[in-house]
Amino acid sequence: MWDLSLQGAALMPFSAEAERGRLRAFARATGQEHPLFLDEAAARAAGYPALLVPPTFLFCLAMEGPNPQEIYERLGVNYAHVLHGEQHFDYHRPACAGQALHFAPRIGRLYAKKGGALRFFEWENRVTDGEGRAVADLRSVMVERAPREEHRHAAA
Amino acid sequence: MQRPDLDALAPGSALPTLVEGPVTRHTLGLYAGASGDYNPLHIDQDYARREAGMPDVFAHGMLSAAYLARVLTRWVDPTAIRRLSVRFVAITHIGDEVHCRATVAGRFLDGGTPCVRLDLRVHNQAGEPRLRGTAVVAVRRSPSSTYEDRI
Repeated sequence: MWDLSLQGAALMPFSAEAERGRLRAFARATGQEHPLFLDEAAARAAGYPALLVPPTFLFCLAMEGPNPQEIYERLGVNYAHVLHGEQHFDYHRPACAGQALHFAPRIGRLYAKKGGALRFFEWENRVTDGEGRAVADLRSVMVERAPREEHRHAAA
Repeated sequence: MQRPDLDALAPGSALPTLVEGPVTRHTLGLYAGASGDYNPLHIDQDYARREAGMPDVFAHGMLSAAYLARVLTRWVDPTAIRRLSVRFVAITHIGDEVHCRATVAGRFLDGGTPCVRLDLRVHNQAGEPRLRGTAVVAVRRSPSSTYEDRI
């Protein structure tokens, strides 16, 4: 079972930036056609300093902490057995390319289902801008599954 | 981009469906590079078999989530999106198409801002469910609106 004292434990905070070229690559990889994500002139014309960060890209930046394995290590979870069960985003203000974004990750709820065969852990990230204003709140529900068994409950 | 009008968004009305795929190994390679998610489960079949007991690599759930978000960003200005939640109900395999649908589930005023709640669904070409989700999007309420908030 989980060590429940880890619920709410802060992980290493960090800053990350959405680079312009990376956002273009992300737009291409996901078929994103909206000019605010692709065309710097369009973004400026709409009143933004640079390309907008697409809705799901903050999850990518959340994985760029100094030790991306930190949460697995703290919880003693085998990364190869982890599936992404749910992802939640609450948006408070737009984020743009080149902007320093601060991530404050922490361990959220820890629980189990199916008599402990499936262990769930939540990974939360509060994202703020350089002035400390809320940009977004992310919550991931991750599932640790034993290998070599049918799994229709969650996928990565 | 002007926000959609609240009165025109009756519960049950659907946004245009978006179809992507079929997902290939190339799709996943591109997404790994752009997203920074190099989890070998999605790009290395040997690893997926050996370490996870999976028959093959499979798609990043967040790739489908990104496709699903495009249903919203084709419809409204991206900054109108207040909330996006997805649940990955089954694995998206190589060869799967990704059919993304959004339907108006409800309307409400959030601190005076008119919003709609959307029911989101992704399924493959066989109609098998892959993702379920919800989104909250800020819309416009015209001065002549006849919509009355029940709260």
